[in-house]
Amino acid sequence: MTLLAILGVISSAIFSGTSLLYTTLGEVIGERSGIVNLGLEGVLLVSASSGFAVTSITGNPWLGILVAVLAGGLMNMILGYLVITRKANQLASGLALMFFGFGLSALIGKSFVGTKINSLPRLLIPGLEGLPRLYTSLFKFDPLIYLVIPIAFLVWWLLFRTRWGLGLRAVGENADTAYASGRNPHLIRYQALFIGGMLAGLGAAQLAIAYAMNWTEYMTAGRGFIAVALVIFSRWHPLRAIVGALIFSAAVAFQLLLQSSGVQISPFLLDTIPYLLTLIVLIAWGGNRKHSAPASLGRVYQGSE
Amino acid sequence: MLKPHSTSNSYLNAVTMRGITKAFSGVLANDNIDLDIYASEVHALLGENGAGKSTLMKILYGFYRLDSGQIFADEQPVMILSPHDALAIKIGMVFQDFSLIPALSVMENLALFLPKLPAVLDVKGINNHIREVSERYGLDVNPEALVSQLSIGELQKVEILKLLLADARLLILDEPTRVLAPHEVQALFKVIDSLKKDGYAIVLITHKLKEVLECADRITVLRNGKVAGTLLRSDATEEGLISLMFEKKLGTPTVTHKKVSPEMVSPLLVFRDASTHAEGLEISLTAIDLRVNPGEIVGVAGVSGNGQKELGELAMGLIRCSQGKKFIFGKDFTEKSVQEVRMSGVAFIPENPLTMSIAPFMTVLQNMAITRTKKYAKRGGLSMDWQAVRGDIDRSTQKLGFSFPLYIPARSLSGGNLQRMVVARELIDEPRLIIASYLTRGLDVQSAIAARQALVQARDNGAGVLLISEDLEELFALSDWLVVLYAGKIVGTFRPAETNVYEIGHLMTGSEVEHAEN
Amino acid sequence: MLKTSEIAPRFPIMQNKTLILVIRYLFMILLAFLLFGVILLISGKDPLKSYADIFTYTLGSAYGFSEVLVAMIPMLFTALAVALPARVGLINVGGEGQLYIGAAFATFGALTFSSLPAWLLLPIMIILGMAGGAMWAFIPGYLKSIGLVNETITTLLLNPVAPKIIGFLIFGFWHSPMDTVKTPNFVAAARLPTFFGTRIHLGLVIGFILLALFWLFMKYTRWGLEMRAIGNNAQAARRNGIPLKKYLIVVMCTGGAIAGLAGMSQVSGFYGVLLLNFSLSLGYMGFMVSWMAGGEPLGIVLMSFVVSVIITGGNLLQLTRGVPYSVINLLLAFTLFVVLARPSLFRGKKS
Repeated sequence: MTLLAILGVISSAIFSGTSLLYTTLGEVIGERSGIVNLGLEGVLLVSASSGFAVTSITGNPWLGILVAVLAGGLMNMILGYLVITRKANQLASGLALMFFGFGLSALIGKSFVGTKINSLPRLLIPGLEGLPRLYTSLFKFDPLIYLVIPIAFLVWWLLFRTRWGLGLRAVGENADTAYASGRNPHLIRYQALFIGGMLAGLGAAQLAIAYAMNWTEYMTAGRGFIAVALVIFSRWHPLRAIVGALIFSAAVAFQLLLQSSGVQISPFLLDTIPYLLTLIVLIAWGGNRKHSAPASLGRVYQGSE
Repeated sequence: MLKPHSTSNSYLNAVTMRGITKAFSGVLANDNIDLDIYASEVHALLGENGAGKSTLMKILYGFYRLDSGQIFADEQPVMILSPHDALAIKIGMVFQDFSLIPALSVMENLALFLPKLPAVLDVKGINNHIREVSERYGLDVNPEALVSQLSIGELQKVEILKLLLADARLLILDEPTRVLAPHEVQALFKVIDSLKKDGYAIVLITHKLKEVLECADRITVLRNGKVAGTLLRSDATEEGLISLMFEKKLGTPTVTHKKVSPEMVSPLLVFRDASTHAEGLEISLTAIDLRVNPGEIVGVAGVSGNGQKELGELAMGLIRCSQGKKFIFGKDFTEKSVQEVRMSGVAFIPENPLTMSIAPFMTVLQNMAITRTKKYAKRGGLSMDWQAVRGDIDRSTQKLGFSFPLYIPARSLSGGNLQRMVVARELIDEPRLIIASYLTRGLDVQSAIAARQALVQARDNGAGVLLISEDLEELFALSDWLVVLYAGKIVGTFRPAETNVYEIGHLMTGSEVEHAEN
Repeated sequence: MLKTSEIAPRFPIMQNKTLILVIRYLFMILLAFLLFGVILLISGKDPLKSYADIFTYTLGSAYGFSEVLVAMIPMLFTALAVALPARVGLINVGGEGQLYIGAAFATFGALTFSSLPAWLLLPIMIILGMAGGAMWAFIPGYLKSIGLVNETITTLLLNPVAPKIIGFLIFGFWHSPMDTVKTPNFVAAARLPTFFGTRIHLGLVIGFILLALFWLFMKYTRWGLEMRAIGNNAQAARRNGIPLKKYLIVVMCTGGAIAGLAGMSQVSGFYGVLLLNFSLSLGYMGFMVSWMAGGEPLGIVLMSFVVSVIITGGNLLQLTRGVPYSVINLLLAFTLFVVLARPSLFRGKKS
């Protein structure tokens, strides 16, 4: 178990965890307003494929990122329309969105399988220039990775230090009370979904354009569902999500570390860690009010006259 | 939304209600009521269950719309069509069930309703503002505490703070002391006093005489939707108020009750020093000693909200004693489940049939069967003997003189029919013990008479009945023993013939009784 | 979904509720097909020809029709696995995981008892499959009954865990000598028999039987009555003496068992082998089917048929027109969207 191996795990976790963290942050915002999005997987795929396609066509990765972000926001608007305006069941709508995402992304990405793109520059963490190349190559991150933690803090600030965030959390706890305070729960939920979708799009962009730099069907590999679990694990708090994302994405990288030190644990079992951890957290904190889900999560707000 | 002609200062000097009338489904809840509320005064609105106090104030708060009448704020006519309108003219109301968000902190709950909240929250500034106002009036609460961690007394303080911060000048408090401990009640009175001195107008809806006498400046007594009297504190006495609150004469009882001779009978239901520990907005019962013998109706009187619901649920096993014991048919049932209680022959007629005892989307016929599915099961449960169900229903409804349709979903029944259905169902098996909670609420006269007759019949056949009711006439007519429940305690046990409305009225409103109890 | 209402011949046809409902659903499906046609156009395929192909293949040919039935089988089970718990108000989104575990248990039976004759082996596998699914549903059921965690979340979380366990089992213990992603082929005794030379296997019959039993159970038995009472008003049911906790756990486990049976029928009847990730969202499709059918057995049959037509047709489009398979997800999604959005046809009435 060399230092290099450990650093390798950390680096891998950071690379792969960034898209997970973005997605989770977006879902935290959405769920804090009371809406659960089971279709995140579909949202990610559509954002990734469209971003990748645009990058490939224009040669400009930033444009691709922009498109991915917008695509994420728009996909969530579909969910919003069904769940908020048509008052449909959130679970069913989310699943429908997931199927939609599977299909649409396959269509968009079809002609781009295997193409190469101009990716984002990778920059070394300032201060580490003196290290041998073996190490520095592990810590050259793309700009989106550098941005993710500040953005996590931004999300925290947005939710807990602004008037809008307060209103959003109130809607997620008790839409009637929020309405009584003069706010429009429907509008707030749409806003939450749009911003959340944009963050998910950002995560998808990082995955496809900056990290993997290719497109394949189902490339998100369940990140959408992991994000939903991660939101629960971090008890709907953006800063705890950082830790959670690291832990979850490290599980895979960790397996390599274990192998290199001779320990054989099935990669399959390691992959179950995020979900089992979340389940344990739920059971342990289940009764605790402070750590529970937004009270009106999943419920349809009927609205009053 | 009509705002009054703008007042130059933020004070509200007087609110006047004239000729307020409001009916619900043909029943007059408020009948031509006049009310004057002044600044720097505590105005108590006193009355029994169903007198119309809550309705009147909900009209003032914009929760209901009046059918006729007018409201004036500082002599300007105003239309209050929603709570927003009420707040705009500085009228605020604290309800019995609080509307705070448990997962948010006190500060966040209050900030949500602050009229001028900046886009970026100035947490320190808001906290300071809250501390300022709360210290001024004795409403000390930690702004950073989560609402879920607060006690009921503290929750109430936050609710009042919410109104103060939203700039209300007239505060309506609906039965504020119902869930408070004695020391919290004192703290509340101090708060009310300091608010009053600062020019606020306070309306106190209550049925508790002691509080009225301690803290009110002006008292209006409502009875059956009308104003029975308005007087200043200096002119008010306990006796006088009670005579205003309760009808002087009771109608002649339509059902006679039997005098039971005290033989050595084995009681059907015994509570021995039973107490419960209540969560949240429920009432804790304290040291309940109660006994129901065969061939007896024990009536439980009291203003609703003093523990009646909890008593019924305790009897059925839906809630457990934290202390003391419960015996049914001589056996210790303290730890037994609802199923076991029911199967041993206890029937339950709960207070709100639609939400508490029926399956709304199933047919009436099916609903009649769900309490005794084992009995009607054929072939080990593979099919149901619907003929037997219908037979039982026919017998029961004939005996009771009820009739209701069988093949429609239960929720389409009118309230009265629903209650009839539940009564018919519970009495089918000729249970030995019947717990009836608000038996005739919502029933028309005929059905009410029939329901009461059914209970009397059951009693004459040897059953025991625990009858919880808010109708004193009914209680006096039917009970063999009368018990008064106040704030979760039994404060009096009588034979109906040896007491009168005033004595019971005293106990129901928490004041002392001069002569000794039997 | 569709209630049999009396049809009075004198009444004008537009007042017939059932007919209106049918027209409404047809309209919604038409809308979905229209949207999908637009997508096909955009991607350069001829929508009319594509639809024609789908229909002639699936409904026009005997083999195509049989393939539709084959695709229907697992969905009958997974939809029932959602519909049954729904009667007591439980939301079971865990069909996916439950079917995997059921498949795993059944595979264990197939591999361990491979020397037994079919009439012994198959029932053993069936029982094992149900046991596996029930076990997987037990934890969510129990947690819900003690009021600790919502079953929607727990079943959802356990879904991704199940295929990983299967991967572990295959890779570590069961894999065939040649292939690390699947077990050796099941012996003939472990295969559910097929009919008429098609791939339709006994699972279809079992599925229909279960649905019929479900219908009879809910309508006639004492327990069906009590379950409906719980689903209507759980607290009232409790007050009326119905053992709420017991029902929640038992019903949840039964739902899981049925989903487990779906898994067993797939590996035994369809594949003949346990391979990694064999479920293409079957559990979730079951959820959608049950939801669209309003939890009614007849509706489940109809809806799974419709979905199967779409899926089978999709396979065909992939082969003949080079449309990626996952594009069929679009048609599925559009159908779902339209049902979810509940467009009002007649004077704004909502179902």
